[in-house]
Amino acid sequence: MDWGLILSNLVHDTIVFSTALIFASLGGLYSERSGVVNIALEGMMIIGAFTGAVMTYAFQDSLGSLAPWVGFIAAGIGGAIFALPHAVASVSFKADQTVSGVALNFLAAGLSVYLTKIIFNGAGQTTTLSQVFSKWSIPGLHDIPYLGHAIFEAYPTSYIAFILVFLTWFLVFKTPFGLRLRAVGEHPRAADTVGINVKKMRYTAVMISGALAALGGATISLTTTSNFSHNTVSGQGFIAIAALIFGKWHPAGAMGAALFFGVAQAIKSLVQIFGLTQYVPTEFIFMLPYVLTILVMAGFVGRSSAPAALGKPYDTGSR
Amino acid sequence: MNKVIAVFTKESFLVPLVAIILGLLTGAVAMLAGGFNPVKAYVALLEKVFGSAYNFGETIRQITPLIFTGLAVAFAFRTGLFNIGAEGQFIVGMVASTAVGVSFDLPAYIHAPLAIIAGAVAGGLWGSIAGYLKAARGVNEVITSIMLNWVALYFANWVMNAFFIPAGQQRSEMIQDSAVITISWLSAMFDSARLHWGTLIAILAAIFFYVILWKTKSGYELRAVGLNPHASEYAGMNVNRNVVKAMFIGGMFAGIGGACEILGVFHYQAIMTSQPGYGFDGIAVALIGGNTPLGVVLAAILFGILTFGSAGMKFGAGVPVELIRVVIASVIFFVAAHGIVKIFVKPILKKKKEGGN
Repeated sequence: MDWGLILSNLVHDTIVFSTALIFASLGGLYSERSGVVNIALEGMMIIGAFTGAVMTYAFQDSLGSLAPWVGFIAAGIGGAIFALPHAVASVSFKADQTVSGVALNFLAAGLSVYLTKIIFNGAGQTTTLSQVFSKWSIPGLHDIPYLGHAIFEAYPTSYIAFILVFLTWFLVFKTPFGLRLRAVGEHPRAADTVGINVKKMRYTAVMISGALAALGGATISLTTTSNFSHNTVSGQGFIAIAALIFGKWHPAGAMGAALFFGVAQAIKSLVQIFGLTQYVPTEFIFMLPYVLTILVMAGFVGRSSAPAALGKPYDTGSR
Repeated sequence: MNKVIAVFTKESFLVPLVAIILGLLTGAVAMLAGGFNPVKAYVALLEKVFGSAYNFGETIRQITPLIFTGLAVAFAFRTGLFNIGAEGQFIVGMVASTAVGVSFDLPAYIHAPLAIIAGAVAGGLWGSIAGYLKAARGVNEVITSIMLNWVALYFANWVMNAFFIPAGQQRSEMIQDSAVITISWLSAMFDSARLHWGTLIAILAAIFFYVILWKTKSGYELRAVGLNPHASEYAGMNVNRNVVKAMFIGGMFAGIGGACEILGVFHYQAIMTSQPGYGFDGIAVALIGGNTPLGVVLAAILFGILTFGSAGMKFGAGVPVELIRVVIASVIFFVAAHGIVKIFVKPILKKKKEGGN
């Protein structure tokens, strides 16, 4: 038994499974750092997975291998538009942000399958896409034994996700935009006093959130499943929320948590291969991200504290 | 007559009503965009529900769990908690009642009530995990209950796989006849639609909801904590204990709902690949029902009709059943953002004022 190869495969699979979670948890980060709760990540991912698959389907005959890119970008735009009602409700109409998020999750689940059935003559899923992303091998580096396969043979979306982690860290912690974003989420009144447009910041953040979560959804339909159906996303949006909290609302933390939850998924197949399921039921591995999040939130595994104004609508007239 | 008009123009009644109308209109727009005839579709929906005794009975079957989960969400709301975890509480209620239903061999008058109580206690305990974490460690109950929903799903599958599902099968053994709560004579009247005592229990639960919250001292405390936890604290109430209590009672409602679904409808439990959805629909039911017991029952009837009737839309007008999820989502959205609804309601209220003077 070649343990090096097994480990190499495990890292490789972990990256595949984590990519969508990284996108979505980064999406959640923008929204929540601005003070808007986003439990609609699941719905935004569903819309992204759907848009990505359908647009790729539309262009795969004419554009060939470029089609997944068109689908991917379209998914980002679709996600931003889909997030707009959440911003309108939570920022302009001061609605309960959790309820609005629940509504968007419902809407995404219904709308995506409704439209799929209309487009594909009543079928509950898109046809299998002939063009999806293929893995990129980094020249030179992917020849390194074990490590090359593990890290340097990944889908382009994975590389983009890791770059986005860095970009998000830079944007949120090193630029005026990021300072404003955090100010609006921690103390909107103070931010307003110094001339920051709270509403505009929150609208922007929620729409970025939708775009990134949708890219995460598109990653699933354009790499691992090659189609869209009602269970393409199946709860990964909620794992992304877990990753965001587990990662303490920090981009690197969220990435770390997403990778950790990705290991949990990758190990599942490994456990099955080695017949270990009789010792560790797969259900417990599925449960792990959720249980860990509860433990973290309860402060049993390090404290995690949310942005101070999270979930509170900003009312210019209030004290 | 003026009194009747007064009830119907009250804001607490108008907002949900306008939200429902806006939701149905959104659905109609989605149907027009998809090339369907919305009028034909909605008529087909009603024809499905009221067209035959069997379908009417099955609609009642569909309404029942929605009353339970609606009450579960609404009860916690009254204590200022958002119980998004009715889904998980419903699931553990199913597990506990299946366990009792399959494992014991008792006289029917003990067995069935015991299975229901098991479901209630399981749901209550599951709900109080989120309540305890909120009370003891200050954790937001929304996130913990979302996580607990998924834990419940996998936990249920594990319990079923490990103890109740014969090798190679996808569902548990059937529960003993003594635990079944199907009403066979009523079922026979409705062409064997799956009608059961759970519907009656749901109505009793709604009455219990009213009595405990508005007619008892502990209900007064629960509501006081929901309205103003700080003032309640100063008045000498134990806020934390009330938070756990509210989540326990809310969870009990959902747990009984899950138990009745097993004991009255399926008589076995299957492996779940996704959430059954009654808990999430319960959020919509509670919101539309204004977190009052009567409102919850009425809203559950509406959503039961919509979800069961959606199959008729498919048959009668070719509309995919998922359209109804779009309608429900829009209704929740408009209730949440009632600022939007008020734009539509304002002219009606204004007219009333002018007419009154």
